Amino acid sequence: MMFDRIKEKLEILADAAKYDVSCSSSGSKRSNKNKGLGNSDGMGICHSYTEDGRCVSLLKILLTNHCIFDCAYCVTRRSNDIQRAAFKVQEVVDLTINFYRRNYIEGLFLSSGIFKDPDFTMERLIQVAKKLRLEENFNGYIHLKSIPGTSDELMREAGLYADRLSVNIEIPTISGLKKLAPEKDHSDFIKPMEKVKNEIIQYKSEKKIIKSTPIYAPAGQSTQMIVGATGESDREVMLSANHYYKNYNMKRVYYSGYVPIRSDPRLPSMGSQVPLLRENRLYQTDWLMRFYGFKVEELLNQEFPNLDIEVDPKLSWALRNPQHFPIDINRAEKEILMRIPGVGLKSVSKILDARKYRKLNYGHLKAIGVAFNRARYFIICDSRGWESSDLDSGKIKSLILRNSVGKFRKEYTSQLSLF
Amino acid sequence: MLPTTSLNYDGTFNGLLTCIFTNYEEKLKITSINPPDIKNGDLFSESREVITDTSKAQRVWKAFKRYVSNKSLKAVYYAYLSENPGIELEILKYFQHTFQHKKCIHGDFANLNVLQISQTAKKVGREKHRMEAFVRFQLTKDNIYFATIEPDFNVLPLIKKHFTSRYSDQQWIIYDTRRKFGLYYDLQKTKVICIDFSEKKDVPAENKNFFGNTELEYQKLWQNYFKATTIKSRINTRLHNQHVPKRYWKYLIEKNSLSN
Repeated sequence: MMFDRIKEKLEILADAAKYDVSCSSSGSKRSNKNKGLGNSDGMGICHSYTEDGRCVSLLKILLTNHCIFDCAYCVTRRSNDIQRAAFKVQEVVDLTINFYRRNYIEGLFLSSGIFKDPDFTMERLIQVAKKLRLEENFNGYIHLKSIPGTSDELMREAGLYADRLSVNIEIPTISGLKKLAPEKDHSDFIKPMEKVKNEIIQYKSEKKIIKSTPIYAPAGQSTQMIVGATGESDREVMLSANHYYKNYNMKRVYYSGYVPIRSDPRLPSMGSQVPLLRENRLYQTDWLMRFYGFKVEELLNQEFPNLDIEVDPKLSWALRNPQHFPIDINRAEKEILMRIPGVGLKSVSKILDARKYRKLNYGHLKAIGVAFNRARYFIICDSRGWESSDLDSGKIKSLILRNSVGKFRKEYTSQLSLF
Repeated sequence: MLPTTSLNYDGTFNGLLTCIFTNYEEKLKITSINPPDIKNGDLFSESREVITDTSKAQRVWKAFKRYVSNKSLKAVYYAYLSENPGIELEILKYFQHTFQHKKCIHGDFANLNVLQISQTAKKVGREKHRMEAFVRFQLTKDNIYFATIEPDFNVLPLIKKHFTSRYSDQQWIIYDTRRKFGLYYDLQKTKVICIDFSEKKDVPAENKNFFGNTELEYQKLWQNYFKATTIKSRINTRLHNQHVPKRYWKYLIEKNSLSN
């Protein structure tokens, strides 16, 4: 191997791939049965973390950063004056195998700029995955990007070797996409998504009849949206996310705060802050939707189109809906417990277990790990007194804020003059 | 007042179970159970040696199994591997509790003893997962992928399965330098090994002569990759340190300088 040349390419093509936030390596069912290399049948593993705190679980690179498109939000767009490079198929295979054997990574995340045309590009990506599976007997995780505009036949083949496929929708609204990526058509993104969805459904139904049906994209598909690039509201973002979860059976939708890369009149100016806190709140909302039984309209609606920056979305919902509280910890059903601010899924299952043995009081809840500073105003249990009997939402909010330290607090205290 | 006893055992799980058996057999009032390297600090109790007896241990384990769920079994074993001072006594209490109520107490998180066992088990589980993530193999000239670890808890028995099923086509060794034993996979199965590294330079990880040139090249590639994948405008050192606490940096090739 020509290490110097590889090193150079790796730097360029890892740098270009880093804005893709998907890192998950879980949810696959590929076990090591044939004395081959690797397995990915368990939970994902984050092998390291970058200095910006994101996990490194896959070797995340582009096959090439040559691209025929000129999308304003993308680093590798045609008109950007940057170093270009391209890996050979075998080089990616060797890198993946050697990193994997040393336990650096869980597998490969391969994306690419679009050279020549979508099918030509997708074919190369598939070649890498195919080689890894068939020649190297590799059972690690492979995440391939579906190139917008790829034909159905190639998408079918991709899913046979990859664990996960993803198309990044990037801009949450169709009008935003028109503005920033005029050469791309919204339907180009949707087509491969639709195909993968249908293939997965078909695989699942065939699998029931014929056990040896070849496995198809066992970890499903995901997508990503850039937030803060086109002035969309949180409600628009979450409605769009909900649409993809529902209609395309997405495993994940990722939200990526826009990082200004080059000045462009259509985009936030250079040096503007990456909206980290907003990103955080969107993920919280995403979790509430997927695991806590909340509907988008409950958290975000015409009246409240944007999330409260000061408090988390569940607390914010609870403050707006005091009529649902207090909730009795010792009696309420699971779905109701999940709605209490400061009580997460782990705490809920612990409460459900523990209350079979005895009635729970404040002390027990604290020991179990409930975020008591938030929860106390919304619950009754086997201790006397209900904290918020004569408190209104505004007071509760200021009490909670006063008695806690938020990691993002310094970014918004200057605006905190309302109370 | 009943005379109190403190037991010394050999540090094995069967040894601990034998202690629990002895507790019932002789109706003792136990104030501490100590592994070999811990001295009994209790002045007022009689100190006794317990000889590990597998059949006694199995009887206790079998009786325990009758009442409890798999979660409970796992929690007790994981808690034992924590090697925390005093954990043996907590495990004894947990057994007594179970036998007394004749049912599984795993979910009784409002009981301090149960909560402690479950939280300790959780910590051990976390350390296990960290080791699965942070082990970094280096390829020796003999074609063995070698790694040393120094985990907070004795997690080597727990990570055996993971590494065996993952790296079934390469020879590898993971060696716990603190507890002085390791796992060696010889392409057939994984064995427990003890190697005597009398000096620091004998430990392969400390001595570059054990490795070929390509090994270092791959390490450099990985370090470079790690650097290139960071987004500068999002740097968040606090979050970084939270995910990768500093005591683990010694394992991580990407967190160490490029100089060698």
